Amino acid sequence: MSLLQVNEVTHSYGNRTFFKWQNRSKKVLSDISFSIEEGTCLGMLGTSGAGKSTLGKVILGLEKPKHGQILFQGHDIYTVDKYTRQKIRRDLQVVFQDSYSAVNPRMTAERIIAEPLENYEKLTLAEQKRTVIELLEKVGLGEKDLKKYPHQFSGGQLQRINIARAVSLKPKLIVLDESVSSLDMVTQTLILELLRELKEDFGLSYFFITHDIKAACMISDTLGVLEKGELIEHYNSKNEFFSSENPVVKEMRGSILAEHPRFRSIRTKSNYI
Amino acid sequence: MGTDKSKVLQVRDLHVQIKAKNGITTLVQDINFELKPGEILGLIGESGCGKTVTSMSILQLLNRKETTIEGSIMLKGQELNGLAEKEMRKIRGKDIAFIMQNPMNAFTPVFTIGHQFVETIRSHTSLNKKQATELAIESMKQVNLPDPGKLLKYYPFQLSGGMLQRVMIAIAASLHPAVIIADEPTTALDVNNQKNVLRHLDKIRSEYGSAILLISHDLGVVSEMADEVAVMQHGKIVEKAGVFQLFDSPKHEYTKKLLNARPTLYLEEPMTNLI
Amino acid sequence: MITSIRTIFKNEKVIPICSTILGILFIIAILAPWITPNDPVAVNLAYKLQPPSWNFPLGTDHLGRCNLSRILYGARISLGFAILIFISSLAIGLIIGTFSGYKGGWVDHVLMRFCDAVMAFPSLILVLGLVGIFGPGLSQVILALMLVQWVYYARMFRGMALSLKEQNFIPAAKISGSSQWKIIKNHIIPNVLPPLVVMGTLEMGWAIMDISAMSFLGLGVQSPTPEWGAMIHEGKSYIRTNPELMLYPGLSIMLVIVTFNLLGEALSERYGVKRRF
Repeated sequence: MSLLQVNEVTHSYGNRTFFKWQNRSKKVLSDISFSIEEGTCLGMLGTSGAGKSTLGKVILGLEKPKHGQILFQGHDIYTVDKYTRQKIRRDLQVVFQDSYSAVNPRMTAERIIAEPLENYEKLTLAEQKRTVIELLEKVGLGEKDLKKYPHQFSGGQLQRINIARAVSLKPKLIVLDESVSSLDMVTQTLILELLRELKEDFGLSYFFITHDIKAACMISDTLGVLEKGELIEHYNSKNEFFSSENPVVKEMRGSILAEHPRFRSIRTKSNYI
Repeated sequence: MGTDKSKVLQVRDLHVQIKAKNGITTLVQDINFELKPGEILGLIGESGCGKTVTSMSILQLLNRKETTIEGSIMLKGQELNGLAEKEMRKIRGKDIAFIMQNPMNAFTPVFTIGHQFVETIRSHTSLNKKQATELAIESMKQVNLPDPGKLLKYYPFQLSGGMLQRVMIAIAASLHPAVIIADEPTTALDVNNQKNVLRHLDKIRSEYGSAILLISHDLGVVSEMADEVAVMQHGKIVEKAGVFQLFDSPKHEYTKKLLNARPTLYLEEPMTNLI
Repeated sequence: MITSIRTIFKNEKVIPICSTILGILFIIAILAPWITPNDPVAVNLAYKLQPPSWNFPLGTDHLGRCNLSRILYGARISLGFAILIFISSLAIGLIIGTFSGYKGGWVDHVLMRFCDAVMAFPSLILVLGLVGIFGPGLSQVILALMLVQWVYYARMFRGMALSLKEQNFIPAAKISGSSQWKIIKNHIIPNVLPPLVVMGTLEMGWAIMDISAMSFLGLGVQSPTPEWGAMIHEGKSYIRTNPELMLYPGLSIMLVIVTFNLLGEALSERYGVKRRF
């Protein structure tokens, strides 16, 4: 049984007006099916507007799709009872793109990371503090950051706190929705390396949504391509992605910027002196 | 090539300080670089290193009351530092154009694209509304925007980030400026649009001979576009070299750190064979 | 001269000065029974309309009562009940507004339409109407003011809760397993409260005005209880001969409201909060 099974998910945003013929609904996802096995990372590529973030929200249980089901560890997350839902919740976590808006600006780092622990684990205050400190150290921060507020951290550091919160319950699957896209390049690489390390240490699975092929390749085992709400390709390895003949995929590969100036492909000779 | 005429923008000993409550902080210091016509200088560094401050001081857009700017900024032989605001206004948009990072913030939401485009053109030339609109449409065709006449009537929120960025490039290029400062022009876009935007910049460079100061934190952008690269850290330029030399034999520790920090593709075969 | 007035407002010292003045006023209000020279309700027609003297530092009114004592006692009512109204209508508005904003859907619709209906009436007229139903008296006026004020706060809190919902930390809290009420308590309320604590200083001015206005109309405080608005009402018959009967309470009201407003403006500029209007 796969860890996550997405079955024929279709979703649209509609304008429910009183007049039935004015159905201005916009289809965002069409008939999407795929699965994620335990311990693997699926990188979901696609341009902005392709529906990646919506798919992320649907998988997280935040938005019920118009059709289809999301099976997490065998349970249909939208039809189970409240008690089971709460139980499943802890194994399905998220790291959002904007690190600042994902934290309550009036909470200290300690409280932010401790929130999932408060909801699920019955720890004493001292035990909780110790766990939070361990988590902070795991993501590259320290005890000195316990009482700091979000505005005192940089974007990269705040994203580490978000990651610490996400792994605090040792979940099974983490949805990473463009988690590194807002960071500068050096920080991106550091965070991706941290995520890889955590995946090995805790046996995590990731659903990594991004438009950046290089970032996806750094962390993913399998790749999917979303275009205009449809899952047009699902590759079981990175090499398959790079040898695919699909025109959309070819265009995507062509948009990767050169790693060294000798591979550059944009510059032309100047017509002007 | 040794005469001053060959350098369209010359920055010498730029030193910017800001007066804060607890004293004077130096934002950037000892900044020296030059731009030749048709060439691209890449300015690279992490967030907060002073790239934007440098570009703002060239455009004389920093708050005069709080910041002091020392040094020389010569545009086509004319000194910009300390220039009267009235004179500077004539230069901005016409001789130096600026492309911002977030296209959504660069436009006023309450006026149409066309209104803002035409306004920019007419404030620097003596064209009437009809001629300015034609120039705008021509400019937009150059950046491959579909149906420019219709697009001019749209409001900024109706266009995607990629299209708005192209409109900004069209506005920047329409008056054939000698220098274009592009501050992280691709950061807010997804990868598919990034290459297109860079292609348009290159087209402007090759057709009109504009020199480009390309600011970015992405080494990919720099390796694709730059002729020369300046690396900034903590408000100083720590290394400046031709692009090939920088990538092949970096001298400064920080440059080496940046080059090593690139996310690589983790493939067995080299990239050139697969793209 | 205009620039110098502007600099006064921009001066960092506004906040501590205004806070000190208000602090003193509050202390006076609390200590009133011990510091007043005379009994504020003691009627003594032999001493009526006397100028300031040793016994009566601000003179007496038309019934021989000590003006200073009445002003000091009036502070208790004006300040004390203004705070009471403010806090209770804020609390009701906070709970209903944040709940409505967070829930959305038909719950939000119904609650907001109710608020719209109440807000359609000019608030003072509505208060007058309610007092007409309840009958005159201080507690009736306070109840009426509370019932009318909370809808404005509810609307405001609801708007803020709505924009907070757009932030990612609300779904993040849901995913962390927090229940609906836990989210409202830990995430929404702490974020909507600070701006309104600042605005509260401006609102206090209005609350004092409302009480005084009702008392001036004879609907709030009943004689002989001293209250600034009521004192103005009683003093208006003597405006030609003894204008001080209106001036003392009038200036007191002005002092308190101006201080609150200056403090509120300075705080909102310091903390970047937008005003209600």
